[in-house]
Amino acid sequence: MEACNCIEPQWPADELLMKYQYISDFFIALAYFSIPLELIYFVKKSAVFPYRWVLVQFGAFIVLCGATHLINLWTFNMHSRTVALVMTTAKVLTAVVSCATALMLVHIIPDLLSVKTRELFLKNKAAELDREMGLIRTQEETGRHVRMLTHEIRSTLDRHTILKTTLVELGRTLALEECALWMPTRTALELQLSYTLHQQNPVGHTVPIHLPVINQVFSSNHAVKISPNSPVARLRPRAGKHMPGEVVAVRVPLLHLSNFQINDWPELSTKRYALMVLMLPSDSARQWHMHELELVEVVADQVAVALSHAAILEESRRARDLLMEQNIALDLARREAETAICARNDFLAVMNHEMRTPMHAIIALSSLLQETELTPEQRLMVETILKSSNLLATLINDVLDLSRLEDGSLQLDIATFNLHSVFIEVHNLIKPIASVKKLSVTLNLAADLPVYAIGDEKRLMQTILNVVGNAVKFSKEGSIWITVFVAKSESLRDFHAADFFPVQSDNHFYLRVQVKDSGSGINPQDLPKLFTKFAQNQSLATRNSGGSGLGLAICKRFVNLMEGHIWIESEGLGKGCTANFIVKLGYPERSNESKLPFLPKMRATHVQTNFPGLKVLVMDDNGVSRSVTKGLLEHLGCDVTTVSSTDEFLQVISQEHKVVFMDVCVPGIDGYELAVQIHEKFTKRHERPVLVALTGNINKMTKESCMRVGMDGVILKPVSVEKMRSVLSELLEHRVLFEAM
Amino acid sequence: MAGVSQLQKQFVDYKASLFQEGVLDEQFDQLQGLQDESNPNFVVEVVSLFFQDSERLLNDLTKTLNQQGVDFKKVGANVHQLKGSSSSIGAQRVQRVCIAFRNYGEEHNIEGCLKSLQLVKHEYTIVKNKLETLFKLEQQILAAGGIVPR
Repeated sequence: MEACNCIEPQWPADELLMKYQYISDFFIALAYFSIPLELIYFVKKSAVFPYRWVLVQFGAFIVLCGATHLINLWTFNMHSRTVALVMTTAKVLTAVVSCATALMLVHIIPDLLSVKTRELFLKNKAAELDREMGLIRTQEETGRHVRMLTHEIRSTLDRHTILKTTLVELGRTLALEECALWMPTRTALELQLSYTLHQQNPVGHTVPIHLPVINQVFSSNHAVKISPNSPVARLRPRAGKHMPGEVVAVRVPLLHLSNFQINDWPELSTKRYALMVLMLPSDSARQWHMHELELVEVVADQVAVALSHAAILEESRRARDLLMEQNIALDLARREAETAICARNDFLAVMNHEMRTPMHAIIALSSLLQETELTPEQRLMVETILKSSNLLATLINDVLDLSRLEDGSLQLDIATFNLHSVFIEVHNLIKPIASVKKLSVTLNLAADLPVYAIGDEKRLMQTILNVVGNAVKFSKEGSIWITVFVAKSESLRDFHAADFFPVQSDNHFYLRVQVKDSGSGINPQDLPKLFTKFAQNQSLATRNSGGSGLGLAICKRFVNLMEGHIWIESEGLGKGCTANFIVKLGYPERSNESKLPFLPKMRATHVQTNFPGLKVLVMDDNGVSRSVTKGLLEHLGCDVTTVSSTDEFLQVISQEHKVVFMDVCVPGIDGYELAVQIHEKFTKRHERPVLVALTGNINKMTKESCMRVGMDGVILKPVSVEKMRSVLSELLEHRVLFEAM
Repeated sequence: MAGVSQLQKQFVDYKASLFQEGVLDEQFDQLQGLQDESNPNFVVEVVSLFFQDSERLLNDLTKTLNQQGVDFKKVGANVHQLKGSSSSIGAQRVQRVCIAFRNYGEEHNIEGCLKSLQLVKHEYTIVKNKLETLFKLEQQILAAGGIVPR
């Protein structure tokens, strides 16, 4: 071929084609360049895209392809070698990249597919979570309902309200058609329809308790679905077209107080249950859901608790009412008893007086009669009258005393008395009677027995007389020994008597008296009965033994009042017996000094006839009365100084004066004030003279004022010589004298 | 001597009559009992003291009661004194009137007081005269060489 340099323009023939190719290549290149840009942009935007490398590869591939096509533009015409080189490079690169991409794609496609599966999986999971959320929400709502229900139920303690509220709230919460409660009857053989929600049924409908469906419900503590046809669920007359809703029944335990035992929760068989029946609305195609059933069970339990609270409340109310009634009855009985005692006491007081007056007359006149001239027969008669009336008088006293002792209204007259003389008197009283019966009576007083004691002298003597009298009465021969001593602490501790608890103290001592006789004795079996009222010892009773049987009972009361103990020992019939008693008496010196003791019964053991040299100070503003008193005292041998005013008195008074007589009734001289001043002047008791008030009017107030200011005595003017003599004697011996009012 | 025994009998009778009339009571006897060798004129002394005291008191009372504004406290005090004295020697009737007098005084009853004053004066005069007679009789007995019977 001719190498011609003539270039044949190939344009005109294929120019159009060329143009189109040119344009297409250009656009392809453009597209190829822009797609990766877009891709990059989007990848940049979404940060999660995991296959960046692939994209890069892909991008590179596209770019290169584009480059290829672009470069292709230059190859339509004559092009230099460089262009061809570039073109070749580009193509090569493109080939490489595209192959790599292809290979890579093969690799990543399964991954991409699994992404899809994972996505599906996640979607499912999300759906599940949603469902669960829904469930939890429902449960929470249910819980709220339960709490609200519980609150409603427990906010009242009235049984009916509780049950009614339960049904109402349940009905509302669960949107029930009907809700009913069957309670067991008293006989526990039937269930009675007690409450319904809509009250369309006659209440009072009963079903027997032993139906299988009921047993099924009772045997589990879950809510059980039952058939709508069962008798407990058939609460309304069924209209044919209704498709009844599902019915659930649950047991409600009825708890009683007696059911609660600590280690032993009661088993089912002993429990009573009520039946709660819940019906969903008919034709609603609703079903019982688990959470609803749980709600029902929880509510049933709460109702059980609330009911038990209500039951407890009812019982406590009933108990309280019962107690109130009993209280009223007791109060009434007490008041009646008090009235009776008052009436009895009034009666006794009256009878006391009424009975004693004639007795007194009889006794007094009979004894007077005894003193007159009588024939022997008359004397005998009078003596019998006297004896009988004495007995009667004693009986009256005994009965009155005993009844006073019984109701505890007797109080001991505590005073200081001569203990020795009490026993001596008893001995003297008993001796003649005993000698008639040819019994010898020996009295043995212990050496350490206090001469004076504080206690009830009269009743102590009564007791001793009674005991000794019994000894004499029931002994036909032999002797009687009376031993009196102070019970020592060791011997006291031996006593195991049921109601005797001796307590040692410095102010008191326990006097022990033992009366032993050699008489007929007592059967040991009869010993306990001795102290009961009116019980005579039948084995030795003769009509003549007399006595009402009250004596020992009264003695026991007295001894008990004196915080002591009395008992009798006997070896048996015919072996004599020993009566013992212990009583608590006070020591006279050691009693509290604040009370000035009154010693009206004390006789001065020895009356001085004269008081030679006794220094006495007399204060009286009345000249006449002063000289009289002075004369009186001088007659008795005293050394008398007289003063007529307080100032004179205070000047003259000294330790030498042993006794001071002052007139306190004088207006103008405050004898009381003076007494106080004397006390201040002479603080020590033995330095102070004895202060005696002389007064013309003696009454309680004067006496009390004198006592209050610390006077040692009060005497009434006018004073005779004898009186002054005995007054001075007593004052000097005892430093105290208050004339009896 | 017949004279002495007569005098003594007179004395005894007179004294008995005083007691019977109630002019004197046993307190007077007591006073006599106090009289002994160491105190031979005890009774006379005491009685003289009584006379002096009483006269003074009665004068005071008269003055007080005749004032315009009667001081009943003073009256009471004086009457109290008089009562004390009269009871000390055994002037029974005087003492009794004094008691009534004191009551009037407490009631502030001037009429009653004046009346009582009159009575007291009257009784006092009686007892004074009688005691003076008694003492005269005593003196006579002693002068005649006898002893005064108790």
